[in-house]
Amino acid sequence: MAKPNPEDRYYSRDHEWLIYYSDGTAIIGITDYAQEMLTDIVFVDLPETGRKVVQHSTVAVVESVKSVSDVFSPVSGEVVEVNTRLEETPELINQDAFGEGWIVKMRLSNPDELNMLLTAADYEEMLREEKD
Amino acid sequence: MLKKTPLYEKHVDLKAKIIDFGGWAMPVQYTNVIEEHKGTRAAAGLFDICHMGEFEVRGPQAFDLLQYALTRNLAEQTVGQIKLAALLNENGGIMDDLTVYRMGENDYMLVTNATPREKDWEWMNKIAADKKFDCELKDISDETGKLDIQGPRSAEILQKLTPADLKNLRFYHFCRSQVAGFEAIISRSGYTGEDGFEVYAHGSVIGQIWDQLMTAGADVGMKPCGLGARDTLRLESGMMLNGQDMDESVMPQEVTYGWIVGPDKVFVGSAALREKQKHGIKKKLVGLEMTGRGIARHGYKIFHSGKEIGVVTSGTFSPTLNKAIGLAFMDVDFSAPDTAIEIAIRDTMAAAKVVQLPFYKRTK
Repeated sequence: MAKPNPEDRYYSRDHEWLIYYSDGTAIIGITDYAQEMLTDIVFVDLPETGRKVVQHSTVAVVESVKSVSDVFSPVSGEVVEVNTRLEETPELINQDAFGEGWIVKMRLSNPDELNMLLTAADYEEMLREEKD
Repeated sequence: MLKKTPLYEKHVDLKAKIIDFGGWAMPVQYTNVIEEHKGTRAAAGLFDICHMGEFEVRGPQAFDLLQYALTRNLAEQTVGQIKLAALLNENGGIMDDLTVYRMGENDYMLVTNATPREKDWEWMNKIAADKKFDCELKDISDETGKLDIQGPRSAEILQKLTPADLKNLRFYHFCRSQVAGFEAIISRSGYTGEDGFEVYAHGSVIGQIWDQLMTAGADVGMKPCGLGARDTLRLESGMMLNGQDMDESVMPQEVTYGWIVGPDKVFVGSAALREKQKHGIKKKLVGLEMTGRGIARHGYKIFHSGKEIGVVTSGTFSPTLNKAIGLAFMDVDFSAPDTAIEIAIRDTMAAAKVVQLPFYKRTK
């Protein structure tokens, strides 16, 4: 069973999460539900810092033994930091998707986009609908 | 509507992730691919292979038909022995790779891949009719169940359920016996690079054999394995997947199947194949290993000094070797081991090199 979705953050329909900080940056990862679907993650293709991405475009790629999955940026902005620990230990995402397995840190160019994201309760509702 | 094997409900009960594999609802994994893969290499794995096809070929000219329809020279095959062979089209292209079981003097069983089964069936029948071979073909796929039990502990597990003398059953040989009290064919063979067995029994009893094997294997750590682990296991062992690493556009010599072509034999496709051979082959299937970052995947393009020289046919992360490996169909000029190549992975070029097959070989 997937871990509960923490209420301190935003969620996207593509199974990413985002924590927004008061300095205008945010860290982004994939949800525990997403890592459970992917299972054994063996490689994470991280972007270079400084890269500018628009909302819903690919910011990183997560690969399991069998599959290749895009991580879509829930917001527009510039990549200011990446979780370099994932280069050697991509399984951190399996072990702790909501914490140590974070993927990128971004500086948002349009914080209004946050209004389009889901709360933990919305996201769980969406998962229930997907299952039905 | 996907076709289901007699074991489908068992996979659902085990909470397997089910995928569409060539029209079949098959388990791709029960827990995760790496665990199942490593479990098979360390102890044993149990695989549902009921989707594959089986044909009987019987009659006075059963041998003549197979000797003419397939690439392999079957003249030396003894009763109880298995031979791997290819079925080609008239242009020398590979329609399927299959195993030939010699059941008796004029009695054979062919085991085909799941996807080309119907095509194989039509082609074999056409060859038999055109040449008026006196033999009878029967497609027994629907009523035949098949399980693979693979891994170093598989003989020990299977021996608990069969009176057959497994110790003296040699690789690529089979016997008729019972498993869990049911009539079965036990063959020492497989698709993982480990010691192991393929068990054929009637579809109506294969579920009971599965259950008893699951129980018999539990204490040594045998796990049910999905097609995901089957794919990584076969790839590490340098074995090809039909329809992915080879298809009707390639000849046996261009992939790793030169050795299954009888050199002085006339068979369907042999004229075309020898004509092309005279001019030398231009492309070849090779092994590759990533030296840079990333995982090569099916369909990725391969470059050398900016020139496109081939394509990745299979690629994965190798759980045993802990690195990314693959098979590639490449320009023969670049096929020597240690040749540095580049693979286009999304928007970057990643470094790789050609390596000798197989990637993994078990220690006896």
